[in-house]
Amino acid sequence: MHVPDGFLDAPTSVATGVAAAAAVGLALRGSRRELDDRAAPMAGLVATFVFAAQMLNFPVGAGTSGHLLGGALAAVLVGPWTAVLVLSVVLLVQSLLFADGGVTALGTNVVLMGVVGVVVGWFVFRALQTVLPSRTALVAPLAAVAAYVSVPVTALAFVGLYAVGGTAPIPLDALATAMLGWHAVIGLGEAAITGLVVASIVSVRPDLVHGARPVLAARTVELRTPGTEAAAA
Amino acid sequence: MRRVPTKVLVVTGLLVALLLAGVVSFYASGSPDGLERVAEDKGFLDREDEHAVADGPLADYQAKGVDNDRLAGGVAGVTGALVVLLLAGGLTYAVRRRPPASAKRD
Repeated sequence: MHVPDGFLDAPTSVATGVAAAAAVGLALRGSRRELDDRAAPMAGLVATFVFAAQMLNFPVGAGTSGHLLGGALAAVLVGPWTAVLVLSVVLLVQSLLFADGGVTALGTNVVLMGVVGVVVGWFVFRALQTVLPSRTALVAPLAAVAAYVSVPVTALAFVGLYAVGGTAPIPLDALATAMLGWHAVIGLGEAAITGLVVASIVSVRPDLVHGARPVLAARTVELRTPGTEAAAA
Repeated sequence: MRRVPTKVLVVTGLLVALLLAGVVSFYASGSPDGLERVAEDKGFLDREDEHAVADGPLADYQAKGVDNDRLAGGVAGVTGALVVLLLAGGLTYAVRRRPPASAKRD
């Protein structure tokens, strides 16, 4: 879903550029809480994996393809603030080295995939986690559902930006229908990849998965007796 | 429960990512993605400006000067993955919370 240069007008691109810079600035502060010596290597890994997976366009029928956006995946694995940084680095490299995603559209792409995708993915994941039973086995399926939802919502966010600053007059309802239609299918791939990757890491090291920590913490509190708590402290 | 060391997990994950970017990417679909398809159908694909680095050494995930398509894509993918690893790894390493000894604030 990389927006090229020219789809959106200059004022809109400047505005998304400012918004993206602000988001990255906030994420630099916020990610301090998520990143410790154990989580920092995971962030490098997740960024590399998202870059690689975004190269793998999968066919969705009728001569159209989709690829992982990775916002929900990164948020569940390394936390939402770090995920914003991870996606921003990926989008920056894609734009400047690979001509994938416009240079003036970099802010737009960071806002769409790096902020909307991450935020929607994270909040859907956390909302489901709050209402459903606290189980490690649920982390990957919930991440998959969150990943699914994040794709059509990100597609709609593009339509929103296009409504403000699109450079060609296109009926917005038709644009929204087409974007939602394709991305409702592409989301299935997003969900499958996200579910698979989160499940594999949860199965070997759930403690390295940011989104599994509330579940693990709940379990630890239940098992902890006054004696072990004193010993741990 | 078997506990896989962090280093083993991260290195395995990186090797998988390099394999995806360097080899599997050759088999990726070349069809337009969702947005491109919509832009084409709705008639605004021609609004796209030529990319500033369209002639760059790695543009469109093909390393320039490498004749073999499979190799050109593999070199581009691996290079990109390593650049992302360096940038994202370096950034998050710099931002990370230091152990209590060196952490004066908080």
